[in-house]
Amino acid sequence: MDAGYLIGAVAVMAVATFLTRAAPFWLLRGQAERAWLRYLGRYLPAAVLTVLVFYCLRGVAPVAPRYGLPEAAGVLATVVLHRWRRQALLSIGGGTAVHIALLHGLGGA
Amino acid sequence: MPSTAPVLPAALRACLPVAFGYVPLGVAFGLLLVDSGQPWWLAPLMGAVVYAGSAQFLAIGLLAAHAPLPDIFIATLLLNLRHVFFGFSMLARVPARGWRRLYLIFGLTDETWSLLSAAAPPAGVRRDAYDLAVTALDHAAWVGGCTLGAVAGGVLDVDTRGLDFALTALFLVLAVEQWHALHEPWPFLLAAAAGLLALALAPPAQFLLVALAFTLSGLLAVRRLRGWTPAT
Repeated sequence: MDAGYLIGAVAVMAVATFLTRAAPFWLLRGQAERAWLRYLGRYLPAAVLTVLVFYCLRGVAPVAPRYGLPEAAGVLATVVLHRWRRQALLSIGGGTAVHIALLHGLGGA
Repeated sequence: MPSTAPVLPAALRACLPVAFGYVPLGVAFGLLLVDSGQPWWLAPLMGAVVYAGSAQFLAIGLLAAHAPLPDIFIATLLLNLRHVFFGFSMLARVPARGWRRLYLIFGLTDETWSLLSAAAPPAGVRRDAYDLAVTALDHAAWVGGCTLGAVAGGVLDVDTRGLDFALTALFLVLAVEQWHALHEPWPFLLAAAAGLLALALAPPAQFLLVALAFTLSGLLAVRRLRGWTPAT
């Protein structure tokens, strides 16, 4: 495939992606102190993080062979570790280790 | 010069979970791209200047089908539309002008946004330098993964299944931190309801965009109902 087409494709993808990231900064420039934006600044991160957790787990189903156990145990381990020690790396590392151990241990495709 | 805590170690600690997710995902992308018949250099180029995981995976099929450039533009725009929501909580956080502003906006992936907007830098670390370092380290992890997958994907035969759970765990940890900061359960419950609604109503490819749209509408509706005004 010719390099001109590929570089053109990368260029249009780069512009499209940057536009989506820059849009709110251009549209709301100088408005950061507006009450509704300060309200969103306070509550949006909590809500969006919850949605992102849903997004990560959306494909998980309680069906054979693993019944969603690696995900459930990983989530539980992460949250319990974080409530206990509040060390992000420990919670993330521990939760991921539990997830991987069950993923491999429970077998299946 | 005021004395400041070292920025790089703090940023490295924060970015490590993202790297655990980005490197294997980038490797998978580079591998698939080269398998689809593209030259290896396309993977680092795309990782460096597009820097959007889901759009890059989508592009593998579009490029293989030799899709017209306007189609690729529209597809990328629609897929990445969710980014619009991330800027709302970052308006006051990015510098007012200059290349730092452009780079922070360019690098505002889901994961970088979550690191920057949901957690304050460690005590004594300068915020502007920290934000820049976190953005650059996440970017480097992604480009590194893409490159590794494209040039060595065939030789690497490491089982990385499950490693991407690090990103799920990262979002969870930051959500727990938000819980500690807010002491109000309703934004979490509202978002969970929006997530369930989107799972039921939206096609899988549009899940994130629809769930975020429901979430934003819900938050603004709550503000209208409760008449919230800033405390200060």
